[in-house]
Amino acid sequence: MTSATGTAGARIPAPGKLEFTDDYTPAEEERVIRNSKGLPVGVKPKMVWTWPKAVVWAVVAIVCAIGWSVLAVSRGEEISAIWFVVVALCSYAIAYRFYAYYIQIKIMRTNDANATPAERVHDGANFERTDRRVLFGQHFAGISGAGPLVGPILAAQMGYLPSTMWIILGVIFAGAVQDMLMLWISAKRRGRSFGQMATDEMGKFGGTILSVFLVVMTAIAMAFLALVAVKAMASSPWAVFSIGMTIPIALIMGCYQRFLRPGRVIETTILGFVLLVIDIVAGGYIADSPVLAPIFTLTGKQLVIALVIYSFAAAALPHWLLVTPRDYLSTLMKIGTLILLVIGIIIANPMVKVPAITELAGVSTGPTFSGNLFPFLFITIACGALSGFHGAVSSGLTPKALEKENQIRMIGYGSMLVESFTAIIALIAAITVSQGVYFSTNMSALQISKASGVTVSATSTPKQQADAAVKAVNSMKVSNIKGEQMKVTWDSVDDNGNAKTYEGSEALEKAASDIGEKTIVSRTGGATTFAMGMASFLKSFLGGHNAMAFWYHFAIMFEALFILTTVDNGTRVARYQIGELLGNVRRLKRFADPTWKIGNVITTLIAVALWGSMLWMGVADTNGGINAMVPIFGISNQLLAAACFVLVTVCVAKLGYKKYLWIPIVPLVWDVAVTFTADFQKIFGPLSYFTVAANYKTQIASGALSGEALTNAKAALSNAYLDGFLSVFFMVMMGVFVIVGVVQVVRILARGKFGVETTSEEPFVESEWFAPSSLVATKLEKKVQREYSAKLQELRQAAQATA
Amino acid sequence: MDIADKARKIWQGIVWYMREISGEARYDHYLERFGEEHPGETPMSEVEFLRAREEYDKYHPNTGCCC
Repeated sequence: MTSATGTAGARIPAPGKLEFTDDYTPAEEERVIRNSKGLPVGVKPKMVWTWPKAVVWAVVAIVCAIGWSVLAVSRGEEISAIWFVVVALCSYAIAYRFYAYYIQIKIMRTNDANATPAERVHDGANFERTDRRVLFGQHFAGISGAGPLVGPILAAQMGYLPSTMWIILGVIFAGAVQDMLMLWISAKRRGRSFGQMATDEMGKFGGTILSVFLVVMTAIAMAFLALVAVKAMASSPWAVFSIGMTIPIALIMGCYQRFLRPGRVIETTILGFVLLVIDIVAGGYIADSPVLAPIFTLTGKQLVIALVIYSFAAAALPHWLLVTPRDYLSTLMKIGTLILLVIGIIIANPMVKVPAITELAGVSTGPTFSGNLFPFLFITIACGALSGFHGAVSSGLTPKALEKENQIRMIGYGSMLVESFTAIIALIAAITVSQGVYFSTNMSALQISKASGVTVSATSTPKQQADAAVKAVNSMKVSNIKGEQMKVTWDSVDDNGNAKTYEGSEALEKAASDIGEKTIVSRTGGATTFAMGMASFLKSFLGGHNAMAFWYHFAIMFEALFILTTVDNGTRVARYQIGELLGNVRRLKRFADPTWKIGNVITTLIAVALWGSMLWMGVADTNGGINAMVPIFGISNQLLAAACFVLVTVCVAKLGYKKYLWIPIVPLVWDVAVTFTADFQKIFGPLSYFTVAANYKTQIASGALSGEALTNAKAALSNAYLDGFLSVFFMVMMGVFVIVGVVQVVRILARGKFGVETTSEEPFVESEWFAPSSLVATKLEKKVQREYSAKLQELRQAAQATA
Repeated sequence: MDIADKARKIWQGIVWYMREISGEARYDHYLERFGEEHPGETPMSEVEFLRAREEYDKYHPNTGCCC
């Protein structure tokens, strides 16, 4: 993979090109699309049934049904986590083959005779054709982040069934539909962005609402995910050292690629990965060293300051030095780790410890997130099932690189299915540890103190924390999958290497020492739970029990890399968005110019201040911060999804496909019901941010607090007010946006004038490119590919002859 | 012989995919296209191409997902 393939690689064709012999069957011939020059540019989508195919799909459907019934009816005995993998994959396959295809035929009506933005513009920069399999990977890397790893873990307190159903059914009927249809409308409009399309289709007013919403949403997402990272890194010298070292590693990679081997991305990535592994191992020695460990033991607040300084530096340094190399590493980690995890789950074959539905599903006072199952479970699990932010990615680079319209289903719908699958894996990680360990890890110190009656804080000794956590777990009336009261247990090995199940506070201490940490109590935010699960899957086939601490910190690194990438990418994107918004004001026009240095500094400052202050307040919150941030993050993300569906509905209505309007409207109505109910409860009533704020206010006014407790209470008070204000802001903004959309749709239907000319779709342009549609080219597509190559050759020779 | 051939093909496929997805092959595609559209002219060197690309990316930020 070094210089040998450097230039020779250019001549390696995409696999599967051979000589053309005209051997179409009549049925095949009918499906080939030819343009006016006689070039075959595509294949009409059609479901061709053969007996073997029908049998395969029947088997898939039966396995799927069996899997769902195992998950739904199992009571009183442990089940294998592999069932979750089976159920998810079968459901995805059926949805992709039938439902997504139905949408393709009825709504998207993709036509390979029409040229995609890449072919129309073809500017050699962003509008450049990209092989479908490559674009699938790039689109997946673009949409995936740490989000799907967090929500399912927090939601596991209510049992596995509601989460599993929402992740799988949600992605099939909402999340993947949104991604695919957003990609479709953008690809039909020269790859225009979400905000521009909203302006074109729904007017300036709707477009502005969306642009403002996107900036706020970006800041919230960054603050929330950074909080997750901070929670996992706080007082862990191993994690702080190994993640901190990714900065020098990125610098080395950046310089290597810049000065020694320009353009050798794979080499650079391998170099970086090797350094990363050494770095994680070195972290273990740092954590063991009595001299070095205290240097790298940072509190949450210190980490926030470090993170803010870092993101500012990242925005100021040239891209090739820090951001680009780390992007390489996180892309590699995203795809590589997912594959390792699936293998790990199948080999480890972990047993599910959590019942389908726990006692906490019926109450609104569960520790990991507060609120009833409806609506709060559906916003806690945001990204794995439905994520509005994907609308921005689907109208970003992907539509500009698309080769053919028929590939939209595979890339848009398919990538989101993989994203949902990551959420299922995170869920498996949370439900295969004992519930006692799960709650000990995911309850804040304050919650543990309340439930156990023993006051603990971050400064208590690990033993005190573990004892209090066990007491708290025993005081909660929650049953395990066998119907007994849940217990704190940890499967490990004793000093002689024999398998042993530890119980009580011993279990928590053993678990902490297994993963190379001092304590696992009250490590909220989900990252610790996910990393513990991932470590136990991976150790099953890579390194055995002794490798557990390594894999734990590998997993923390995996999440932290995502999040760091998010933090500096987000800062940069937010900076541009803020610049553009300010540029709309006449006096501040200069901000719209991205080359203006002073303007850049100001907009970066605004962006960092936005998420940095939210992060600070979250860390200072004694209740853990996660509890307050989850709903606001989930609500904003799901509201953005509602905006995507509104836009898509308007586009579909304008085309006059009245019979199929239900496809975007059903998820829209569901999403609006969920988000507006949740938002309403967060503004009014006992769960609201304002009630929380009032509580803190009386506490502060009573004068009982002093010192740090008082500062923290004040931070929590402003946090509650800010979140409350944001909830109101969201409700008003999106309420207006949805109403604008509904009015539009009603007007369109009343006017009764439909068609492409009523939309901002680009007019038809004849395509001259061919590329297969699905991940693996079909027999017919291979034939057409050969004919295309041969015909293209003929046409070129003819052109040369006439010249 | 047949197995060795298959293995080589799979390996080539993997290398092809890695080069494409990492963006390493971008310069090759540029050369191919430049050769077709501007025969006889000298294309940018790889370093020049990478710098131009960087400059372009600087002012066209790509919205990756936060979540």
